Amino acid sequence: MRYVIGRIQRLIIVLVIVTFTTFILVNVLPGDVAYQLGGIEASEEQIARIRQGLGLDQPVLLRYVSWVSDLLRGDWGHSLLTGESVWEMIAHRFPVSMQLMLMAQVMALAVAIPAGLATAWLAGGWLDKVVTSIGFATVSMPTFLIAILLIYLFSLHLGWLPATGYEPMSEGLWANMRPMILPAASLALVEWTVLMRTLRAEMIGTLQENYISLARAKGMSNLRILFAHALRPSSFSTVTILGLQVARLLSGAIILEQIFGIPGLGRMLIHAVYTRDFIVIQGCVTFFALVYVLMNFIVDLAYAWLDPRVRERRAHG
Amino acid sequence: MVDLSAVQPPAGKDTATSESIRIGNARAVARHRKSIALGLAFWLPVGWLLFVILASALVPVLGPVLGLAAPNAPNFMNLRAPIGTEGHLLGTDPMGRDLLSRVVWGGRVSLTVGFAAPAIGVGIGLVLGMLAGYYRGWVDEAIGIAIDSWLAIPGLVVLLLFSVIYGGSLLMVCVSLGLLFIPSAARITRAATIGAAQRDYVMAARAMGATDLRILLREILPNIIWPLMAFVMIDIPIAIVAEGSLSFLGLSVQAPTPSWGGMISEGRDYLEVAPHLTFVPAAVMFLTVLSFNLAGDALRKRVSGGRQGAH
Repeated sequence: MRYVIGRIQRLIIVLVIVTFTTFILVNVLPGDVAYQLGGIEASEEQIARIRQGLGLDQPVLLRYVSWVSDLLRGDWGHSLLTGESVWEMIAHRFPVSMQLMLMAQVMALAVAIPAGLATAWLAGGWLDKVVTSIGFATVSMPTFLIAILLIYLFSLHLGWLPATGYEPMSEGLWANMRPMILPAASLALVEWTVLMRTLRAEMIGTLQENYISLARAKGMSNLRILFAHALRPSSFSTVTILGLQVARLLSGAIILEQIFGIPGLGRMLIHAVYTRDFIVIQGCVTFFALVYVLMNFIVDLAYAWLDPRVRERRAHG
Repeated sequence: MVDLSAVQPPAGKDTATSESIRIGNARAVARHRKSIALGLAFWLPVGWLLFVILASALVPVLGPVLGLAAPNAPNFMNLRAPIGTEGHLLGTDPMGRDLLSRVVWGGRVSLTVGFAAPAIGVGIGLVLGMLAGYYRGWVDEAIGIAIDSWLAIPGLVVLLLFSVIYGGSLLMVCVSLGLLFIPSAARITRAATIGAAQRDYVMAARAMGATDLRILLREILPNIIWPLMAFVMIDIPIAIVAEGSLSFLGLSVQAPTPSWGGMISEGRDYLEVAPHLTFVPAAVMFLTVLSFNLAGDALRKRVSGGRQGAH
């Protein structure tokens, strides 16, 4: 319990700093928002009116406090371009990004767990070498490069999957999943290596424990030893990596949504960046940070739950 | 404190493994040593890297001498020429600009960012990490919280923000990417500093009345700097990939300056009719990043005594 409280304290401090930094970053822009809004021909009077309307004439700290209290009440501001509510825009697009990231993570794990187990079991063998080399190759490719390769292969050459597009869930599950397969696979191909390597490293350690030898001596089948005895005690680092990967997944999703034309948060952010829609940028960044911090908080707790020693060590250290 | 043990596999098991290797079987140790000697997997990538670095460093001088077209000179008679066209070894892009020339010139952007950004990040991270690891207490706590907060914003989002605020330029990309490398460098330095600060020679220096600054610079720094350099090798390919992503989105150096990411993005529209527009810069970028990874991995294995599976 003490551990949880300590973590929550930390979480709150980090959240305050992050929101403040985001706020400052977006608000100290050279080229005042008001001038952007007013256009080149706006008079000083008009500019002053816009500034007042946006509350830009107030001191920074005061603006920050009122901005945060607005955030908490669900008022994330309105797009400078379309006037749409930023919170609604996020709520509308986040599930799309979430689906992409989840599909990617499931694909990555589906490859990484068997690969990690197999390479740890046969460490040093030819399979280990081949899988590790493939891992090296895929981790050396930027997401956008993998995406283009996959488009070239599966859309242009084989014609199996669409290169761009998005269908809502209402069109049916398969129609919805089909255009997401390539982007999710692109993301998974970059992420699986880290998971595989981490699992492999920890698994090699676990496989030298006495209880594994015992299980072997009892004549238990190899598969059963790997999945029933060795997997859980070897998964601590992998779980932590899953948390750390959220940031990389978000970054990857931003680019992939752009390439594949998926209407998620990333595409919204890039569009806002191109059009300099600061309120939307601010909302997006804050939201990304919130998701990331919360995910890591959950991962920290999951980690403590998996391994009781962490609770002890961290609470006292 | 979010400590390093969270990122790395638990240290206990790992050392136990290598310990048992060391004590258990002398011949196995010898075999182990041999397997980590720098072989082809090191020298081949290094050769490619030297080639790319030299080519992009010398192209302003040697390019015209060797008859290489200027990277931004359009040739409207020869749009999207295929590989092997006379005068254009790797073909031309949609504006008839020489692809080979653009790839070599684009390497200047990628490599500049690849070296400058980690240098900035490690420089700042080193100072923060040493302060946190040496003074501990509230300094440690404050730096830890600052780093946690900085980590809470996804890297690409930070880069996007900076490119909005300061516009796309080489300096902007180097600095903003450099800032992103601070956390990992600071954490590694901190852990190393904590270890070094407890050594006898630090105690001795302190007993002789050395100032904190002197201890940090003369006693601790020389002992932690080399392991840290091994980590810089990881940052270089990451920086190149990140710059590529930014270029790809059109938010790094602005056209017409060639960059690998930008070329890949430009070639995308012609993927079906002229795939080499995309695949030439893509292959060069892939080989370069792969080479940095392979060479770095070989070096790290050597530094850490070939501990298997640690990476």
